[in-house]
Amino acid sequence: MTVAGTESGRTLFDKVFDAHVIVKREDGQCLLWIDRHFLHEGSFHAFNKLKERDAEVARPDLTFGIEDHYVPTRTRDLSVIDPAIRGMIEQLRGNSQRHGLRLFDLDDPGQGIVHVVGPEQGLTLPGLTMVCGDSHTATHGAFGAIAFGIGASEVAHVLMTQTLWQKKPKRMRITVEGALAPGVSAKDIALSIIARIGADGAAGHAIEYAGSAIRSLSMEGRLTLCNLSIEAGGRCGMVAPDQTTVDYLRGRPFAPEGTLFDKGAADWLALQSDADAVFDREMHLDAADIAPSVTWGITPEDASPITAKVPDPENFEDPARAQQVRDALEYMDIRPGQCLSDIRIDRVFIGSCTNSRIEDLRAAASILKGRKASVPGLVSPGSMQVKRQAEAEGLDRIFLDAGLEWVDAGCSMCVGMNGDLVPPGERCASTTNRNFRGRQGPGSRTHLMSPAMVAAAAVTGHLTDMRELMQAPVAGGNIG
Amino acid sequence: MKPFKTLDAITCPLPQSNVDTDQLIPARFMKRSRADGYGGFLLHDLRFDETGAQKPDCPLNDPERQGAQILVSRRNFGSGSSREAAVYALVDYGINCVVAPSFGDIFASNAVNNGLLPATVSEDDCEALLAGLADGAQTATVDLEAQTIRAANLVLPFTVDPVWRTKLLNGWDDIDLTRSHAAAISAFAEADRTRRPWMQPRKTG
Repeated sequence: MTVAGTESGRTLFDKVFDAHVIVKREDGQCLLWIDRHFLHEGSFHAFNKLKERDAEVARPDLTFGIEDHYVPTRTRDLSVIDPAIRGMIEQLRGNSQRHGLRLFDLDDPGQGIVHVVGPEQGLTLPGLTMVCGDSHTATHGAFGAIAFGIGASEVAHVLMTQTLWQKKPKRMRITVEGALAPGVSAKDIALSIIARIGADGAAGHAIEYAGSAIRSLSMEGRLTLCNLSIEAGGRCGMVAPDQTTVDYLRGRPFAPEGTLFDKGAADWLALQSDADAVFDREMHLDAADIAPSVTWGITPEDASPITAKVPDPENFEDPARAQQVRDALEYMDIRPGQCLSDIRIDRVFIGSCTNSRIEDLRAAASILKGRKASVPGLVSPGSMQVKRQAEAEGLDRIFLDAGLEWVDAGCSMCVGMNGDLVPPGERCASTTNRNFRGRQGPGSRTHLMSPAMVAAAAVTGHLTDMRELMQAPVAGGNIG
Repeated sequence: MKPFKTLDAITCPLPQSNVDTDQLIPARFMKRSRADGYGGFLLHDLRFDETGAQKPDCPLNDPERQGAQILVSRRNFGSGSSREAAVYALVDYGINCVVAPSFGDIFASNAVNNGLLPATVSEDDCEALLAGLADGAQTATVDLEAQTIRAANLVLPFTVDPVWRTKLLNGWDDIDLTRSHAAAISAFAEADRTRRPWMQPRKTG
């Protein structure tokens, strides 16, 4: 279908974006309507801006608070935690109460990480515009929503007006065709893409993920993939809605029901890029070329298949990149030419908005079942709902029997704001999204990988090709 | 917000790629009130060792670069999180312009909302500028009207989104502009109720 007045068809991104434009200026700036706004504890700067202007929240019914960044995972009793951390949680409670916002607090059975809670509560729907003061908001694009992270000034703007000024970014399509090999997951797709195009490879672009390998991903896998769009520099990532999307949403607490759901589903399924839509950039990957991957450096672009060796900075032509690799190897304390699978680890972390959903936990448990971890580690499910489901499936027993800690939901050791830290100098195999210097704690060293890969590293004590440890799936789940 | 026209100031090189937001301000400082100033946390773990002593090899600790208002860095500056605190740390330290070949999108947007200019230069020009600074150039002049950077006998062009340029030149704040569109916003919301009745969250409890 071609829209009158345009020469070619429109992309999925164009369709959702255009449907939210309230005002378009001559310079290209568009005032966009925002359908969902999520807030976490970091929103205090924005609320202070409202206070300065004596302003109210324009649409409390579209605004949701979620306690995740600072919440303790080993207790839910705030009286026993660091007062400065407690203060962050209390500020969000105070601001939510003052403005009449629905808050998923620690006592709420739906509490968890904002990017896990949104989809599982049915707050995330196809065709929406969604923002949050968190760069991993791109996650929600898995449903065909335009979802992106914003800073505090923009959070304040959305709170006061339910709108945001945006210029339409360029459009990029990443097509992955073919079948993923057993054990290869959405995380591996994402790391392969980022390694190929760089941590700023998609800057200024909205990404659409397409192709048979993407279609065959579950919603959990699509969420992982879109989550990591920002690690390629993308403004957002999207997957066109299909029957998998609609089936996931039916019956979710905040999703429409009855005839309203049916109308929604019809509208959602129409959200596809037109056959003649033109993208500013196209990238193609063969699913068969993707292997279980790990990062060895200090940006997500420093990723390689687990079967590879640590690169040698002398082999890079670009002096800036060579310097970056040299700095990375020094910080990570690894040697050029070393087999990645020889790198020993001190602990593991399974959690974060990237990889803490039920399928992620099943994938890790399928490797750990009947085995012992040789290093300590933390497993933090993405939400309390995921936690209850995992316990119903007996996954908690597998983690505990392996010797890992099974704790409550929050951002936890991905960013360490709640005190769940990797000690200085220690090396962590982690299902998270950023291997930046000191991200998991001052002096910490992070290797990013999929949940099954983290589980394999936990068993052997070094980075390991999980395919060597594959065994039967647990609880009806599968490793992918 | 103060308009940005030209800036003639001490300039500090930071010859690293991917200076991410976790470097710009480590998460552990983000509980602090902005009223106390975030300047002391800027690039904290690059500037200070575990004991809190200054690291001599960090360019920001160079006595000749004290009072710097311009920072020159390599590609993908400000990648990572949406934390506006990364911009607060720069601005509170005194930095009003960062020059680099590319920026994290969210960082750049946050920068402009705080009057900080993200000036994009080519990789080659960036390396020339860094070389000039390494050879002893102390200052640079950034002209936003002309979109040029003068330093070390170089005159380099830079790019910035035209919308951001106008906003910075005028010191505009979006909110007041948006409020002038209040009627259009209400009309959109009203029409949308019929167009997409399924958008409203079902449960409110």
